[in-house]
Amino acid sequence: MKNNIGSKRLVVGAGYGLGEFLAQRATAVVMVVYTVVLLVSFLTGNNFSYEGWAGLFAQTWFKLFTLATLIGLFYHAWVGVVSIYQDYVKNIAVRFILHTASAMWLVACAVWSVQILWSV
Amino acid sequence: MSEAVREAPRKQRREFRNIHVTELANYRQPLSAIVSIMHRVSGFLMFLLLPFILYLLQESIRSEISFAHFQGIASHPVAKLVILALVWGYMHHFCAGIRHLVMDTHIGLDKDSARQSSVVVLVITWVVVIVVALKLFGVF
Repeated sequence: MKNNIGSKRLVVGAGYGLGEFLAQRATAVVMVVYTVVLLVSFLTGNNFSYEGWAGLFAQTWFKLFTLATLIGLFYHAWVGVVSIYQDYVKNIAVRFILHTASAMWLVACAVWSVQILWSV
Repeated sequence: MSEAVREAPRKQRREFRNIHVTELANYRQPLSAIVSIMHRVSGFLMFLLLPFILYLLQESIRSEISFAHFQGIASHPVAKLVILALVWGYMHHFCAGIRHLVMDTHIGLDKDSARQSSVVVLVITWVVVIVVALKLFGVF
């Protein structure tokens, strides 16, 4: 018999969740980096008024960095809420409705973030 | 089926199940378990409050007028409490998340280190929450 137990287990093919697991970790690291960059950029500046804050978001690189981080955040949240539903919501119909509602919630947030970021 | 082959009545076995939600109140959770469930609670809280966070971001960066509006919202006591809850959620999720990332690399998995790192998570989170609370409600 083929030895595919433990570390030799075949983890490609139909969803074993490894991709989601890794993406959740990767996006977490990105968010940590973003948090540090945001705090350092704002706190090392000497303008704590509107100009200083909005000026940070006026730069294209920061808009893009923010948007990329936010999209990572939304995917991170998606993986997170799906794990929560899988653990606590046993009724398949209710879970399906929650999945749909959460996906729409996150997609709406993502589109709104684009609008917000490019309004300054 | 004849009497001879009928099985003897089975002994009642004790069933081991996960504790029920209603039993949680009188079950003393280890600190790591508290950090773990709060990681979920804080994550879900931030998920639900995403539109509020985005709304605050929008008002804070769009224009000087909207910035004044943002300051108005942020000075309302209820909004301050919501912001404080978000600060708790962010700090807890941030610290507990880094703890998870470290543990994913098989560091600090034994009982004692896990307990110590959960103490660190809770202490850092609550120190920041208390400092932000004092700042928000104008103590300094």
